[in-house]
Amino acid sequence: MNFDFSDDQKQLRDQARKFLSEKCPPKAVRVVLDGKAPYDKELWKGLAEMGFLGVAIPEEFGGAGAGHLELCVIAEEMGRANAPVPFSSTVYLAAEALLIAGSDAQKKKWLPAIAAGEAIGTLALFEGKGNPSPKNVKLTAANGVLNGVKKPVADGAIADFAVVAARTGSSGRESDISLFLVDLKAGGVEVKSLTNLDPTRGQAELTFKDAKAEPLGAAGEGWSILTQVLDRAAVLCAFEQVGGADRALEMGRDYALDRIAFGRQIGSFQAVKHMLADMYVSATLARSNSYYGAWALSTNAAELPEAAAAARISATQAFQHCAKNNIQVHGGMGFTWEFDCHMYYRRANAMALGLGSLSYWEDQLIDRMRKKNAA
Amino acid sequence: MNFDDTPQEAAFRETARKWIEANAPKELHAELSKSSLGRIRLANRDIVDVGKAWQKKKFEGNWACLHWPREYGGRGATPIERVIWQQEEGVYGKLTQPFQIGEGMCGPTVMAFGSEDAKRRYLPKLASGEEIWCQLFSEPSAGSDVAGLRTRAEKKGDSWVVNGQKIWTSGAHYSDYGLLIARTDPNVPKHKGLTMFFLDMKSPGVEVRPIKQANGMQEFNEVYFTDVVIPDSQRLGAVGEGWSVSLTTLMNERMSIGARLATGVPEMFEFCSSLMLEDGLAIDDPAVRSKLATWAAKSNGLKYTSYRTISALSKGERPGPENSIGKLVSGMMLQDIATCAMDLQGAAGVLTGNDEETVQGQFQQMLLSSPSMRIAGGTDEILRNIIAERVLGLPGDIRVDKDVPYNKIPTKGR
Repeated sequence: MNFDFSDDQKQLRDQARKFLSEKCPPKAVRVVLDGKAPYDKELWKGLAEMGFLGVAIPEEFGGAGAGHLELCVIAEEMGRANAPVPFSSTVYLAAEALLIAGSDAQKKKWLPAIAAGEAIGTLALFEGKGNPSPKNVKLTAANGVLNGVKKPVADGAIADFAVVAARTGSSGRESDISLFLVDLKAGGVEVKSLTNLDPTRGQAELTFKDAKAEPLGAAGEGWSILTQVLDRAAVLCAFEQVGGADRALEMGRDYALDRIAFGRQIGSFQAVKHMLADMYVSATLARSNSYYGAWALSTNAAELPEAAAAARISATQAFQHCAKNNIQVHGGMGFTWEFDCHMYYRRANAMALGLGSLSYWEDQLIDRMRKKNAA
Repeated sequence: MNFDDTPQEAAFRETARKWIEANAPKELHAELSKSSLGRIRLANRDIVDVGKAWQKKKFEGNWACLHWPREYGGRGATPIERVIWQQEEGVYGKLTQPFQIGEGMCGPTVMAFGSEDAKRRYLPKLASGEEIWCQLFSEPSAGSDVAGLRTRAEKKGDSWVVNGQKIWTSGAHYSDYGLLIARTDPNVPKHKGLTMFFLDMKSPGVEVRPIKQANGMQEFNEVYFTDVVIPDSQRLGAVGEGWSVSLTTLMNERMSIGARLATGVPEMFEFCSSLMLEDGLAIDDPAVRSKLATWAAKSNGLKYTSYRTISALSKGERPGPENSIGKLVSGMMLQDIATCAMDLQGAAGVLTGNDEETVQGQFQQMLLSSPSMRIAGGTDEILRNIIAERVLGLPGDIRVDKDVPYNKIPTKGR
């Protein structure tokens, strides 16, 4: 057993941190936050040049072929920096779906473009309220075209293509759902940007009107593929959340050391110290669960479904907890637009919903633990 | 990032498994499996007797105190091998309860500060379970502020004469030796006037009085010292260095924490999986699920945090204060889980007997015992201070007594 990242992976982390601290300081994040750009194009290009977009994409499809542990390391840094780019949509969701279910031709078409920063992808799953469930998929696929509405779709307004969950049957079973690939620039899709909690990551409504689509994976296998994609993305997002939680904790700690009240650093008051200690505890539990998830992801272990759910829950709670209390430590200044605290608060709470809400993953964890206990 | 055994680790696991299969007291398996919260309830046998028998067997098979050097009764095992052993030992590990303080804290302190003679004399017998050790740190006026302790040790010739009182001493009533910290100089600030010793608990002048606890049990004791003589050869570390010696003890306590912390989660999961509520199984109730999932994720987080610590240890890093989180998280969780389980039992939850409705009162016992988990070995508040100060680098508390000679510190009734 060696429950840690390797020296090479740690070096990659340092490299990613250095790159992001130069190319993605808070003022760069604010350009997107303030609506002056839909995402940071320069940063996206830079990430491609660094090889970060294709780190887990095999070399034959234009990636670095390093692996998922390396991707976890980068994900953590992306979360720390609050990077305003469609990384999770493109890399964790679209690329993972292609890797799991794509034909050779589909992989050849999209994966090298993703690695090169030339294509943004996303997953179009949700249709309004509710969590991931075959029942909630109403959009239909027939005769090679899709009809229906997806909302919200993360990064949908800037995406070049989407993996779309569609209904191809009406038996009431999971096998009613199939996945499709849609080139969003090919016509038949109306795109509308939606305002959302975290403006540094856009959300959109996509209306499909006889939009041309090609199957991704076998017909009727959609839900099973999707479940795998969501599990894998849950681990990767957990690393982003851990990165964000750690950064929020650091911001709170630094402010508590800097701010003087009642003639003392506020970090010398136990009420403040204990709040920060509790933030450290939740961030640490989240990190450990995420490491286990990373191991399961990178080895495709049978434990992945349970590990992913636990990592997702732990990391969601930790990021929300740290982001919320970071504002509390900052007091009034934490509630200004000028201070960066709210950017993490927004990101934490938006990420808590993106792959299905906390209660959805709590359900998943219990179901998966029961399945294991029964086996 | 690798969870699989290396070939050597797999071979070690296989050897351990076979030995346990051949030697473990299988007749106790069912009872031990049901004992939760680290509290063992055996119907007809005394835990110390049964524990000593298992410990002796392990010692003879070279499976006791695995990480200690062979010459002191251990196996010279790596941190990972120790974890593998604990995994394989499973429920039988609960039998090590009487030896945990000796193995986890007293032994390592003797190893670090004892003479070669002392190490060879005491450590193998500690490892074999023949002699049990306890730890004499806390006092009635020195709990969280342990450096404020009052028990005096005065030098008389080649010996020390000890007078005072300790409290919360687990297992003092069945211990053979004790690790004792006492004040040897009251004229200097409190941390500087302390010295560490070990003593024979059968020495004249040592009186052990059990404490009846809030949960009705008696696991802790008060220990009184009246003119107890300790030879200077039983001093550990230099005179006045007791505080820094105690930090070694506490550091080792952290190392021994982790793999065996009770969280209550497996018990709660099983309970919710079988409890029928009006609308179906408890585990199908959304409110129950939500709590259970959060606890399960926390409990997993603790487990993997200890694995990270072990990986760091096996690379030669020292265990740090970050490991304080184990007890902090599990103590609160036990209390919350007990409360929730009893809530699900409704009116019957009030019963503490052998009732079927309450699964023999296991959560009631958990409820009554859990406050001690949040106090013993560092209160939740002290642990948060440790994390805040030593991990996050926040300022220490303002201490009005830090640079004042001990005998000038204002106090109640000294």
